[in-house]
Amino acid sequence: MSDQTPSEQNPPEQVETIDFSTLFSNARQTGNYDAVNELIPYAHFLGIRLDHDEDGTPLFVLPFDPKNIGNTHLPAIHGGVIAGFLENAAIMHLLYAMESSTMPKPINCNIDYLRSGRPIETYAKCEVTKQGRRIANVSIKAWQDNPDKLIASARYHFKVTPEA
Amino acid sequence: MSDKAPAQESSKAKKRRESMNSIPHSAELGIEFVCRDDTSATLKIPYKKELIGNPLNGTVHGGVVLSLIDSACGRAVFIALKTPETIATLDLRVDYFKPAKPEQDLYCVAECYKLTRSVVFMRAVVYQDDIDDPIASSVSTFMRTSVQ
Repeated sequence: MSDQTPSEQNPPEQVETIDFSTLFSNARQTGNYDAVNELIPYAHFLGIRLDHDEDGTPLFVLPFDPKNIGNTHLPAIHGGVIAGFLENAAIMHLLYAMESSTMPKPINCNIDYLRSGRPIETYAKCEVTKQGRRIANVSIKAWQDNPDKLIASARYHFKVTPEA
Repeated sequence: MSDKAPAQESSKAKKRRESMNSIPHSAELGIEFVCRDDTSATLKIPYKKELIGNPLNGTVHGGVVLSLIDSACGRAVFIALKTPETIATLDLRVDYFKPAKPEQDLYCVAECYKLTRSVVFMRAVVYQDDIDDPIASSVSTFMRTSVQ
């Protein structure tokens, strides 16, 4: 199913192998997340950055960008951008926390939209609710200027590959 | 399949195509209007390298699939409502059946299966070559914000 062989004409963004554990442990040790932020083309396209809070917990930042607007009247960030931000945060969190040695594959998700995403910076944090041998259950919360006022929350199941 | 665009674009069809471009992020993703009927709308996203989610095999990011679903559902909500209203996505559930094949466009057909005074219930399917062998399936709800 998911283990497709790469197409013959690999676009330049595709690579043969990625040593996720080295990439992420370097990022954790040096505090330089540039390589990690460049890893996923779509995350780069949205402008998502990995950072961390005072406790060292991964914190995801989605800077405001006019191209992410979905409703020009309010204005509000596109619901798909918020969903993509949450999903990407969960994937990166699992890789960061070394819960998977390869890209976690989403199985399903439930996204609740709680408030409209205003045209300002958005943040997200994840919690691995349950880590099984093959499946991880992750909950993600997103907010803007007030961490107590969530704009969206989501639950995801991912298929993961444990560290060898 | 779903590409039923007439040879000569009608003014209505042109209006629909242009309305996609009025949503900045939909335009940025390259989302195109494909077709509609009385209850459903079909949109597509052409494959682009910027949208890759897995750099190991070139499949598009799940977030792209979510954006396509949200956009197609939003469009189909307006078809169901008949007269324009302000709407807001309440929630969205997606089941991912298999990864999208690289280098291929994604299609999403969305339909309203129940309309109440305050809520619109939607379902959607995402596919590439064959609608009967979908990539993802979704149910979502939208609130009619202009109705008390």
